Amino acid sequence: MFMIFGYPSALLFGQLLLGLINGAFYALLSLGLAIIFGMLNIVNFSHGALFMLGAFVAWGLLEFLGISYWWSLLLAPIVVGAFGVLLEKVFIARLYKLDHLYGLLLTFGLALVIEGLARNQFGSSGMPFAIPRQLQGATDLGFMFMPNYRGWVVAASAGMCLLVWLVIEKTSLGATLRAATENPAIVQSFGINVPRMITLTYAAGVALAAFAGVLAAPIYSVNPNMGASFIITVFAVVVIGGMGSIAGSIVTGFGLGIVEGLTKVFYPQGSSVVIFVVMVIVLLTRPAGLFGKGGH
Amino acid sequence: MFGFSRPQGVSFLIMLAAVIISPAFFYPILLMKVLCFALFACAYNLLIGYVGLGSFGHAAFFGMGGYIAAYSAKKWGLDPALAIIAGGLVGAVLGAVFGWLAIGRQGIYFAMITLALSQMVFFFCTQASFTGGEDGIQQVPRGKLFGMISLQDDMAMYTVVAVIFLVTFLLIHRIVHSPFGQVLKAIRENEPRATSLGYRTDDYKMLVFILSAGIAGIAGGTKSIVFGIATLTDVANAQSGEVILMTLVGGMGTIFGPVLGALILNFIESYLAQLGAWFAVTQGVIFVLCIMFFRRGILGELAARLKVAL
Amino acid sequence: MSLSRRSLLGTTAAAATAFGAARSGRAQAANTIKIGVLNDQSGPYRDTGGVTSVACTKLAVAEFAAKGFNVEVVAADHQNKPDVGAEIARQWYDRDGVDMIIDVPTSSVALAVAGVAKEKNKLHINVGAATSDLTGKSCAPSLIHWCYDTYMLAKSTGGATVKAGGDSWFFVTADYAFGQQLQKDTTAFVTAAGGKVMGSVAYPFPGTTDFSSFLLQAQASGAKVLGLCNAGGDTVNSIKQAHEFGVKMKLAAMLMFITDVNALGLDVAQGLTLTESFYWDLNDRTRAFTERAKKVTPNNWPNMVHAGCYSGTLHFLKAVADMGIEAAKKGTGTAIAERMKAMPTDDDAFGKGSIRADGRGLFKSYLFQVKTPAESKGKWDYYKVMGETSATEAWRPLADGGCYYLKS
Repeated sequence: MFMIFGYPSALLFGQLLLGLINGAFYALLSLGLAIIFGMLNIVNFSHGALFMLGAFVAWGLLEFLGISYWWSLLLAPIVVGAFGVLLEKVFIARLYKLDHLYGLLLTFGLALVIEGLARNQFGSSGMPFAIPRQLQGATDLGFMFMPNYRGWVVAASAGMCLLVWLVIEKTSLGATLRAATENPAIVQSFGINVPRMITLTYAAGVALAAFAGVLAAPIYSVNPNMGASFIITVFAVVVIGGMGSIAGSIVTGFGLGIVEGLTKVFYPQGSSVVIFVVMVIVLLTRPAGLFGKGGH
Repeated sequence: MFGFSRPQGVSFLIMLAAVIISPAFFYPILLMKVLCFALFACAYNLLIGYVGLGSFGHAAFFGMGGYIAAYSAKKWGLDPALAIIAGGLVGAVLGAVFGWLAIGRQGIYFAMITLALSQMVFFFCTQASFTGGEDGIQQVPRGKLFGMISLQDDMAMYTVVAVIFLVTFLLIHRIVHSPFGQVLKAIRENEPRATSLGYRTDDYKMLVFILSAGIAGIAGGTKSIVFGIATLTDVANAQSGEVILMTLVGGMGTIFGPVLGALILNFIESYLAQLGAWFAVTQGVIFVLCIMFFRRGILGELAARLKVAL
Repeated sequence: MSLSRRSLLGTTAAAATAFGAARSGRAQAANTIKIGVLNDQSGPYRDTGGVTSVACTKLAVAEFAAKGFNVEVVAADHQNKPDVGAEIARQWYDRDGVDMIIDVPTSSVALAVAGVAKEKNKLHINVGAATSDLTGKSCAPSLIHWCYDTYMLAKSTGGATVKAGGDSWFFVTADYAFGQQLQKDTTAFVTAAGGKVMGSVAYPFPGTTDFSSFLLQAQASGAKVLGLCNAGGDTVNSIKQAHEFGVKMKLAAMLMFITDVNALGLDVAQGLTLTESFYWDLNDRTRAFTERAKKVTPNNWPNMVHAGCYSGTLHFLKAVADMGIEAAKKGTGTAIAERMKAMPTDDDAFGKGSIRADGRGLFKSYLFQVKTPAESKGKWDYYKVMGETSATEAWRPLADGGCYYLKS
């Protein structure tokens, strides 16, 4: 085994891979945030809470209805997406004409309520959620022991990211969406129901969060605080990638996962802050983020 | 006096009377906390209400001010007044650094840079040995003011806090109603126009940012002397959220709003801590209600109804 | 078994009645003892303390059933923030007439509340916090630390692990006072027993959810034992992930409660060794206590912290009854603490015990191994007793703590 910077290479490769796994969650979450920001101009601070909700729905489906993990991957995003429709209709739709700050504060408040209620209901030590039978066990990659489930997480999230990117960039639906982002009035004049489209976009964005939540459930315990610990980091990812940039959020999500993974080898205490250091540097050199256009 | 309009003058007298008589009815420690947060919220309001800059990292100045005051009072035996001033100075210096990095940005980007920087300050505080990590700096002596008056008695301490609060409050009011303050409002309303009138808007923003950070530092320093403790709580981003909430509830851009907001939220918190687990939920509900129905805050709405400035 | 309890209750109740009869004319407030339960009711330590601690405190009050004076229980959430905790404690002692504060988990908050108790000379019985500083450099004459601390955990779990052949360690530690102290205390036992520490990694607390990278570093160190110096949700996550990554090291969860085992599930938790000073299925008395406790907290069975709140409250009330309500209300926290130290403790949860001069509660500590799913007969049937340490052996010797007031 050879050494790099005084660390065994196997350890470094292992950390790179782990970084990629974390990056998969960052990418999925920041993708949802970017879609919502691009279309609604809302910084959705409740994204972490909805991620948590996705995990809880999966847990509830299994616990009370005996519905398996695989169905939850489909059902939890639908349930949370429907909840998203409600949130958008009741609260967020009233804020579109206002400064970003109000949307951010509103969704922050919503997150406090959702997470607080979950804590009151379920406590905070977390609910166990077993890895699905088909993905139990691990594969020896030579340099590390790779749990099959984590491999699946990377594949599923990369696949989902690709799918979303394709839909937005390559289909007519995506084209309409992008057009509506640029100029809603004209798209509306073509007979397309823009407000409904906005609502559904929000639902799709939070459904992505719920999907990530189901993926995360077997890895972290299903826990009311699980989203809160992610959200600030994911924000940083979105900002670094360029607010509203789809490709930016995906690439940055995976990339920052890796950066964070490496920090854990060289300076573990700093792993929670490294992303913010990157963020400040990026914003000072490229104010619109790595992939952003224009921007102030 | 101090450029108060009539309704503001009346409000000030009400506030002054409340500051003087309330210790007879309420627990002085709670009142001191309210005053510290009121000061913090006023400092924040100076920035968001009068220049339109929404910082998400103000806890950095508040918390750091607290640490510096606590450390200098405990380890060096500094006079409490000097310790609080030291807290304010460090807050201002930190504000200069933040401002230098962030002033060129606007809106959400400004918020995000300040958030990221405050995360770094938080990280620094978890790692630096002088902060005591998770334990914080505990058992800070209140000491003797000017080497003579012992602050151990709650009423003596209260008097000092009240004086600090009132003096700083008047200072802020004076700044806002000076020609300098008029330029600030011009920047808030229409920055390009202010620029075209020949004002170097970034310099103005920078000055206000430093001022706001310095006052936040004084507020934090005062709080840590009152409670004899400085901890990570005050430097964490939840504290930045709380000061935004106070300002929002009371009314952004009103003089008295942040004070009222601090009063309401601290009383709720003090009451709900007894109630148990509903604290976060209540806070969230207040946020949502405010944004949906009282975007101008309580005093902002009231002022709009009465068609006066408060 | 229940006979001795009943007779015990009988005597105290009788004593209380006698006092009550003598003082029946007094005003209500002077006749009421107020207990404040201060803990985490909404955060990561909610299930290890939280409302179940309140329920167990109230259970003790109900069982004590003194007729001579009233007992009132109030509760509050300190949100794991030292400043919030200190503030509530101050307000309770100053304004609300609270006579004793109990529980207070999270070491940083505990130290702050202990500071207030010392300043005001009011009684504080700490149950939930781990730091052994509470009876060491941060001790106070009006402070009692009930049923566990970092030293006792390190000695029991750490010592037993080395004895079982785990002589090389790697620590994964929550980067704050509690984690660091637990690591320090454990290191002392490991090296004293001839083991060595191969390395350690401190992770940011709070906010870390993914421990896999630290686990891989532990694995790469070649150490045999992975020492987890963390608590609550962090411990649960670390163990889950170690299981998932096929970490072959022996796991030593330095602080773990039965509530955490319940969260993990036996599939993952089986085989872990851990230390508590209470388990519901130890003997007839603990089972009898748990039967009663289940009526007030059916979903969250008591762990050692919950049982400690019951036991501490009961002993406090006995001491008050012994002093007389008037003397207790007038007297300082130190006076009540001294009376509590002078009386032996005895209750269903911990059996017979005592409180040492520095405020250290002395009880037996038990080393448990978590059962396999096959061994477990049902929910909460989780532990096998592997060993016990007597009350005289389990704790840090009086002379080593450096408690200041013992010197005079």
